[in-house]
Amino acid sequence: MSLTFPFSAIVAQDEMKLAILIAAVDPSVGGVLVFGDRGTGKSTAVRALAALLPPMRAVVGCRYHCAPESSAAGCEQCPVLKAGRKPRTELVPVPVVDLPLGATEDRVVGALDLERALSQGVKAFEPGLLARAHRGFLYIDEVNLLEDHLVDLLIDVAASGENVVEREGLSVRHPARFVLVGSGNPEEGELRPQLLDRFGLSLEVKTPTDLPSRIEVVRRRDAFERGPEAFVARWAAEDDKVRRRLVAGRKRLPDVQVPDTVLERAAELCMKLGTDGLRGELTLMRAARALAALDGLAVVSDAQLRRVAPAALRHRLRRNPLDDAGSTVRVERALAELFPA
Amino acid sequence: MTDTAEITASRSRAWQDAALAGLLFAIDPAGTGVAVRAGAGPVRDQWLASLRVLMLDRPWRRLPLHIRDERLLGGLDLAATLQAGRAVAQRGVLADSHGGVLVLAMAERLEPSTVARLASVMDRGDVHAERDGVSLHHPARFGAVALDEGAADDEHLAASLRERLAFSLDLNAVSPRDAAAQEWGTLQDLHEVQQARRRLPAVVLPEPVLVALCEAAAALGVDSPRAVLQALSVARAHCAWFARSEVDADDAAVAARLVLAPRATTRPQTEAVAETVAEEAAAPEPPPEMPESEPPPAPPPAEDSLSEESPAEPPTPAEPPPGALDELVLAAALAALPPDLLSRMKAERAGRDAARAVGKAGAQQKSGLRGRPIGARRGEPQAGQRLNVVETLRAAAPWQKLRRQTSAQASARQSAGDADAGTRQCTNDAHASARRIEVRADDFHVTRLRPNRQSTTIFAVDASGSSALHRLAEAKGAVELLLADCYVRRDQVAVIAFRGRAAEVLLPATRSLVRAKRALAGLPGGGGTPLAAAIDAASALADIARRRGESPLVVLLTDGRANVALDGTGGRARAEADALQAATRLRVAGVPALLIDTSPLPHAQAARLAQHMHATYLPLPQAGAQAVSRAVLAATR
Repeated sequence: MSLTFPFSAIVAQDEMKLAILIAAVDPSVGGVLVFGDRGTGKSTAVRALAALLPPMRAVVGCRYHCAPESSAAGCEQCPVLKAGRKPRTELVPVPVVDLPLGATEDRVVGALDLERALSQGVKAFEPGLLARAHRGFLYIDEVNLLEDHLVDLLIDVAASGENVVEREGLSVRHPARFVLVGSGNPEEGELRPQLLDRFGLSLEVKTPTDLPSRIEVVRRRDAFERGPEAFVARWAAEDDKVRRRLVAGRKRLPDVQVPDTVLERAAELCMKLGTDGLRGELTLMRAARALAALDGLAVVSDAQLRRVAPAALRHRLRRNPLDDAGSTVRVERALAELFPA
Repeated sequence: MTDTAEITASRSRAWQDAALAGLLFAIDPAGTGVAVRAGAGPVRDQWLASLRVLMLDRPWRRLPLHIRDERLLGGLDLAATLQAGRAVAQRGVLADSHGGVLVLAMAERLEPSTVARLASVMDRGDVHAERDGVSLHHPARFGAVALDEGAADDEHLAASLRERLAFSLDLNAVSPRDAAAQEWGTLQDLHEVQQARRRLPAVVLPEPVLVALCEAAAALGVDSPRAVLQALSVARAHCAWFARSEVDADDAAVAARLVLAPRATTRPQTEAVAETVAEEAAAPEPPPEMPESEPPPAPPPAEDSLSEESPAEPPTPAEPPPGALDELVLAAALAALPPDLLSRMKAERAGRDAARAVGKAGAQQKSGLRGRPIGARRGEPQAGQRLNVVETLRAAAPWQKLRRQTSAQASARQSAGDADAGTRQCTNDAHASARRIEVRADDFHVTRLRPNRQSTTIFAVDASGSSALHRLAEAKGAVELLLADCYVRRDQVAVIAFRGRAAEVLLPATRSLVRAKRALAGLPGGGGTPLAAAIDAASALADIARRRGESPLVVLLTDGRANVALDGTGGRARAEADALQAATRLRVAGVPALLIDTSPLPHAQAARLAQHMHATYLPLPQAGAQAVSRAVLAATR
C-alpha cells in the first residue's frame, strides 16, 4: 500500500476533519457523508484516517478480529477461542476498508472460497469486505454511483450490525459493525434517502476560496507527490498530536455528562426543523458528546450542540424543492433563532 | 495581416500547441493527461502516431467504449481458471497500461460508471478491485489520452474525467496541410524525451512560480486545485525539455496557457490585467518552437537554495519580481482565451444539464438481455442470456469431489470385463477427470441485467379558449404523431389537459396508443388557462414515473398566457406568477421539458416560461406537426 497524505496536512476543511474525528471517537454517531466539489480532498481525508487511528486489540485467530471483551454475539469463532480461558489477543490496525466501484456482491458480503472449493473440494466461507471492515471503517468513494443492489445490502447490514450470508449452500452470519463513510459529488447523482439516513453526519465541502489557503493546498500536495516519505515524516508530529487527542477523547467519552437542558435544546431544534424520527436528536446528542470528549470537557454545553448541529441535521430535513438555499442555511437560521448570540 | 492570414496563423499555432502538449505529455504522462477534441481523421491520426513514437518504450493501450469491469479492473481469468483447476486472476487494462498511455476512444460516450472507475484509479495511482472472488492491487499510473469526438455542442467529456486531464486540445480547426507541414514525434524527439524524463525528477520549482500559477488560476476562476497541480507538472516537464534545472517564467507561462486557460470560467476584468493583455498580445508570444537541433541551454541560477516552507523569497535580480511574474503567467493564459468564452461556457453548461437530465439512454434499450449486470441467478442461458461462468463454477465447486468419484465409478463399471487395453484407457480417463472440473446443467447461472430506463412522455395540452381558437387541432395532430413514435419505441405516454379552472389527467401513463388517441380526440376546447395547475400536475406525473424507474419528459403545448391562478381564481398577474413558480419547481425537480408555443405569433411569455423550466422552446407557427415530432424525438434522444 502506498503512503497516504497525512491527515493533519489537509488545509482548511475543518468541519470535515472534525466530523471524521467525532465518528472515530464514538462510532455510534453513525457514519459520515462528505459531499462536495471535485478536488476538495474528500477521499484524501478519509484515507488519511487509516494512518491516524491507534491500533486495536483483537482476539488471535478470529477472522473478524473481534474484541476480547465483546460478548461474541454472532461470531462463530470467538466462543470456541474464548471457551474456558482468557483468549490470546494481539494489536491490529483498525481497518479502513475501501469499497471500490465495480465491486461484485460476492466480494462485499463474502462467498464460497473458490480457490479451496476447486482445489480441495472444501466448502469454505471466504469473508468479504464487510467482514474485513468490522470494528473499523467502510469507505465508499462516489457513494452516489454505487449500484443499487449493493446499496440495499449495505443499508441492511449497517442497520443490523450483522452480515447474514445465504448463498451457494452456505449459511453464515458474522458481526459487521462499521462506521460507514461515503463521499461523492452531488452533480453526479443523488443518494437514496434510505442510505442518506444511515449516515450520522453529513458535510458539504467546498474548495477554499482565499488565495493563501489555495496556494497552501497546492504547495503541500505538490511536496507530497514529489517526495511522499519525507512529507509524511515532516507531518508525523502533527499527526501524533491528533492521534493523542483522539485517544484521550475516547477514554473520556464514557464520563462526559449530557445535562437535561442540552437534551431539551436538541429536541427543540429538531422540532423546529421538522426532522423525521428520533435519529436526528440521538445523533445530535452523541456527536455533541463526542466533541466535548475531544475538547477535553466533562459536560456538554450549548456550544458543542451548535457546532455539530449543521452536520448532524442538514441531511434530515424534508426536501423543499423551491428552497434552493440549501439545508445548511435552514439549520443555521434555526440555530440563530434558538441560540441568540 | 489579412483575416485569412490570421486564421492560418492561429490554425498552425493550434497545431504547434498540440505538438508541444504531446511532447510534454510524453515526458510526464501520469502527471498530465490529454483531452483531444477532434473527429476521426488524418490530423488526429497524425497526432496520435507522433505521440506513439514518443511512447515507443512504454505500454500503449486502447480502451474500448463498452469495456466490461473484468477487463477494465481485472478479475478472474476464466480460461486459465478452468485449465488450472484453481482460481487464476488476470490484470485489467488499467493495470496493463501502468507507466504508459491509455487511449480512451470516443471518450465523450463513456458510461458514467466507467468514468467513475477511471477517475478513482487515476486519483489513487493503483487499481484496487474486489471482484469474482479475487482481491487485486496493482499499480496503475498511466497517462490518459481521451479522444473526444463530440460533434454537437452538447456532447462533452464527463466533467470528472476532464478535470483530471491537464491538456485540452481542439484539432478540429487544424487542416491536414498544417499538420503535415510541421512534423514532430521523430526518433530524435523520442531520444530527447527520454533524456527529459531522466532530468524531470531533478527539476526545481521555485516558490514564486507556484504562487503565480495559483494566482492565475484564481483570477481565471479555476477552482480545482487539480488544475494547478497539473500546471506545475507541465511547467516542470517544459523545463526538463529545455534542459534547464529550475522552472522559470517561460515554463509557467506555457503551463498557464495550455492548462489553465482552457478551463477559465471568468475573464479577469481588472484594468491592469487588461493592459498587460494588450501589451502581451503585441509582445512575442511564448515560443512553442520545436527545438529541431539542440535545445537552448539556459544557465540555471544555481545559487538559489530553496527551502520548501518559505513563501516570501527574495527574488534574484535575474528573475522578474513576483508581481511581474504573476502578470506574465496570467497574461499568457489570457492570450489563449477564446473571445466567446462566456457564451460557450453557458452553452456547455446547458448541454451538460440537458444531457444529464434526459438520461440519454432512456429510449435506447428495452430488452432484458442488455443493461447493467445486477447479479446472477440459477438457470440455463436461454434466448441469448449470458452465462455467468464465475457463478456457475462457484455452484459447481463444492460437488467436485463427489462428482469425480461417481464418474470414476461409472467409467470403471462400464469398462469392467473389457480387455486389458481398455483398463489402461480407463485409468487414463480417471486421471484426466481428476483434473477437469465437472459442471452439470443445474450449476448454470445466468447474469441478471437491469435494462436501462424507459421513457415516459407526459403531454400537457392547453385546451383553453385562447388556444382552441388558435391551434388546438394542430397541437392534437402533433401529439398523435408523437404517440405513434412512442409506440414504436415502447415508451409510455400520459396526457394532461387543462382548461377552465383546473388541470385534468386524461390518461395516466400507459402504453396504450388507442386510449391516448381517444382521450385526445374527445378533448373539448374553451375556458381559462390554469397553467400553474397544469405544470404541477405534470410534475406530479413525472415524479411517479421517476419512482417507477422511468425517465420522464414533459411536453407542454400552450400559448403561455396564464389567467387562472393555482387556487382556481382569475387574474392574469397572479396566474402568471404562479405559472413561473410552478415552472421553477419543475426545473428544480430536474425533469426535462419541451415547451411548444401554440400562439399564432411567438410570444415572450411562453419563451420566459420555457426559460424558467429549462425547457426547449419551440414556437409552433414556424413548425408543423412533423417538426414538433422531430423536436420531441431530439429531446428524448
